[in-house]
Formats: sequence, structure tokens, C-alpha cells
Amino acid sequence: MDVDLIVTSFPKLLSASLVTLKLLSSSLFIGLFIGLLFAILRLNKNLIVSKFAYGYSYVFRGTPLLVQIFIIYYGLGQIESLRESIFWTILKEPYWCAIIAFALNTGAYTSEILRSAFQTIKPGFIEAGKSLGIKNKIIFYKIQIPIAIRQSLPAYGNEIILMMKGTSLASTVTLMDLTGVAKYIISTTFKPIEVFIIAGSIYLFMTFIIHNLIKYLEKKYSF
Amino acid sequence: MNIIKRFSLGLLITLFLSISANADKIRIGTEGAYPPWNSKDSSGKLIGFEVELAWSLCRYIGKQCEIVEQDWDGMIPALLSRKFDAIMAGMSITAERQKVITFSQGYADEVASLAVMKGSSLEGLDTPEGINLSLGGSDVKKALKTLTGALAGKTVCVQTATIHQNFLDSGDVGKVNVRTYKTQDEVNLDLASGRCDAALAAAVAFTDYAEKSGKAVVLTGPTFSGGAFGNGVGVGVRQGGDDAIGQRDAELLRAFNKAIDQARKDGVISRLAIKWFGFDASM
Repeated sequence: MDVDLIVTSFPKLLSASLVTLKLLSSSLFIGLFIGLLFAILRLNKNLIVSKFAYGYSYVFRGTPLLVQIFIIYYGLGQIESLRESIFWTILKEPYWCAIIAFALNTGAYTSEILRSAFQTIKPGFIEAGKSLGIKNKIIFYKIQIPIAIRQSLPAYGNEIILMMKGTSLASTVTLMDLTGVAKYIISTTFKPIEVFIIAGSIYLFMTFIIHNLIKYLEKKYSF
Repeated sequence: MNIIKRFSLGLLITLFLSISANADKIRIGTEGAYPPWNSKDSSGKLIGFEVELAWSLCRYIGKQCEIVEQDWDGMIPALLSRKFDAIMAGMSITAERQKVITFSQGYADEVASLAVMKGSSLEGLDTPEGINLSLGGSDVKKALKTLTGALAGKTVCVQTATIHQNFLDSGDVGKVNVRTYKTQDEVNLDLASGRCDAALAAAVAFTDYAEKSGKAVVLTGPTFSGGAFGNGVGVGVRQGGDDAIGQRDAELLRAFNKAIDQARKDGVISRLAIKWFGFDASM
């Protein structure tokens, strides 16, 4: 064990975990909207719309995240017409490629979590609203969405933790996130154990925070 | 319980037998992704200059060999944790690496170069054909100054943990935006897609890619050698020690040095170099 290396690399890894957090929060933020949109589309009575939403979640849950990042980063970069379009200003940057891949991936899982939450709402709640003469739109926003969010909290907490660990794949497209910086330090010191132990501990600490935050929210909104 | 005991005893014996059968084999680690030094053919078989050279050296040593594939960024840690006994992976002999492992004498050497896509503003830089950083002098200083000016604010891509990354990190060409990749293939892909303004690697890695892919990749600036670029490519071996295992590592290093001497004398290294590089890169 090289204690010196642990001491000197800790601050570098800590500041790199800010990149990890930034990637995580942006992709979760975008992914939540994508998830909500596709969960609603999924429950649409129109078969084409609901099949389309199902197809999206099927594709993104059925392929590895690493493959998705590679297709978006290296794959799209090979298409010449795309490189000359305005999309290239975004797709040129590894940061945005990673966020697009993460958001689409977590969006697919979130849509499934929210869909099952919507479907488990007891019909009685909606009927109660209707019997009071509340409009459908208001029932949806004030009754269905809050209940669905509460129902999906435990599953969504898992998804956040999975996504947090998934951001380590950003290092494969040259981003200097926690894993990227850890690999960089190893490439000059050739000591993987020390560096990965600290990187692992930082990931574990983030999991600890997320886990407790979700637990707190579950308690606060229990009924 | 008896069955479990018997089963684990059997497992132990098999394990022991397989270990002792392997004890006399030299395991050589290579990347298999850095043509023409080492790469894989379409069926996944390892090929390249170093793969053939490894078989030759083993014949000279008179021992059985096994070539093991290993990702580049884990090469030295894998050697240290005894996943294999020697590295032959286009690894240049540098002072930084010599802090943790030791090298045989060099068996081949070739220069590094910047590459850009045809039509780039970095094409046709006003620099000498080649610079040797170990020699120094006004020519080298002038060339580095030209490069510093040309590369300012540009994104230069390299494979991670390479001499090329070390050179860019050293600040000899000022502050460039360095992007690191796991393999040279990925560097080539991003150079072609335009995400990298330039890339730095062994000159042959680019000419090989340009030839095979048909992409308009061209070399630019001077070729680099010496200094951060090390002193040729050698066989990487663990540093020997006084205990039995350490003595075996030291013995292996001597065996490789002797085998390289013989292979050089017999013209084997030159022949293989011309076959794979198109010129005599042996040393």
C-alpha cells in the first residue's frame, strides 16, 4: 500500500467526482422528462403510440449502455452528412454525447418505473375525484402524478444509483470523470489498487447519500 | 460432505498440475491493437511484428511460450501482478517506466509523428524533418516553438499511458488540449471524424491506418525521437530480486537480452521489421 499515493490522489479524485455528479444530475433531469413523456405515451389508447413508446424502452433497456455510448459517440461521428449538419456542434463534444446516451438510457428505465406506478394506482382514487366533479386534467396532475411519483420512489432510487455507476462509462469517450481520472493516475503510477480503492470509496459514499435521500423522501411522502 | 471434500481435492490437484505445467512456459503480454507492432487478423489471431519476433526469441531461448492478450492501460500492472512474465507491446524504454519495471535492450525503434486530416491548417508546418529531443540544440528549440504556436488551443488525441501522452503532458509544446483514448483505433476514429485537430502516435500507426481505411490521414510536423519518446522498444520484465522468484525474473531478462543479440546477428529482427513496417526499424 502506497499511503502517499492515496493522500496525493484523493483531492484529484474528489474534484473529478464533480464531473461525475454533473453528468449524473443532467442526465437524470433530462431522463425524468423523457421517462414521464414515454410513460404517458405508453398508456395512450392509440396502439401505434403505445407500441412506439414500448419500442423505445425495449431498445434502450435491451442493449448495454456501453454500446449505446459507442454508437452515439463513435458511430454517429462516422456519418459524413451528420458531421456537416448543425447537430455536429453538440455531437462533437464527448460531454454531450455521454449525456444524450445516459439520458436516453435512464429515460427508458424511468418510463417503465412510472408506467407501472400509474397502473398500480387504485381506480378508487380516480373515481373519488370524478365523483367530486374534478376535471380529468386536474385529476391527472393533482392525483395520478403525485401518487405515481410516490409509488415509484424506491424503484427510482435504485435507478439513480445504477445510473451513478453507469456514468463511469463516460471515461470510455475521453471524459475525465471519477473513473477517467483514476485511470489517468494509474497510467502514470502503475498502481491500480490504491487509486481504485479511493475511487470506489467515493462512489460508495455517493450511493450512501442517494440511498438516504430517497429513504427520507419515502418517509416524508408516505401515506 | 465427503463428496465436497473429494471434489475440492480433485480441483486442487488439477489446479496444481496446471500451474506446474505452466511453470516453465514464458508468458508474453501484448496488446493486439497497435498495428503493425501487434494486432489481430479477422479471425482474432494475434499477428504483427512483435508476435512473430516473440516466437523467434522463444526459439532462441529454447522455452515454450504463450502470448497473452492484455489491454494497454493495464499492461504494466498485469506484469507486476504476474499475469504474464514479459511485455512485448511496442512499449518504449522510458525512465518513468523503468522506475517500476526493467527492460531488455531495445529490439526496434521508430519515430513518432503528428497526424492530421488532409486540408487541415496544421498541414505543412515549417519544421525540420525530424527532431531528437535528447540532442537538444537551437533546431529542436525552434521546432518546439513553432509547434507550441501551431497547437495552442488545439485538441490533440493520444492513446492513454503512452510516450505520446507523456510528451504532451510535459509542456514542451505548451498547453494543448490533450484527449486520451484506450486504444489507438479510437484515436484514429476520432481523428477521422474531426473531433481531434491532430493526433500523436508512432508514425507507422497512422500510415497503416491511412492505408487500410482509405481515410485522408497525413503526417505533419517533425518526427520525434529521444527525450520523452524513450530509447527504442524493448521487452519489459519485472525487476529482479534476491529471492527465488526475483532471480527467475533476472534470469529471464538475461535470456531475452541474449536471444535479441542472436536474433539481430542472424538478421531475424531486420527481416521481420521490413516485412511488417516496410523499412528496417530494427536496432
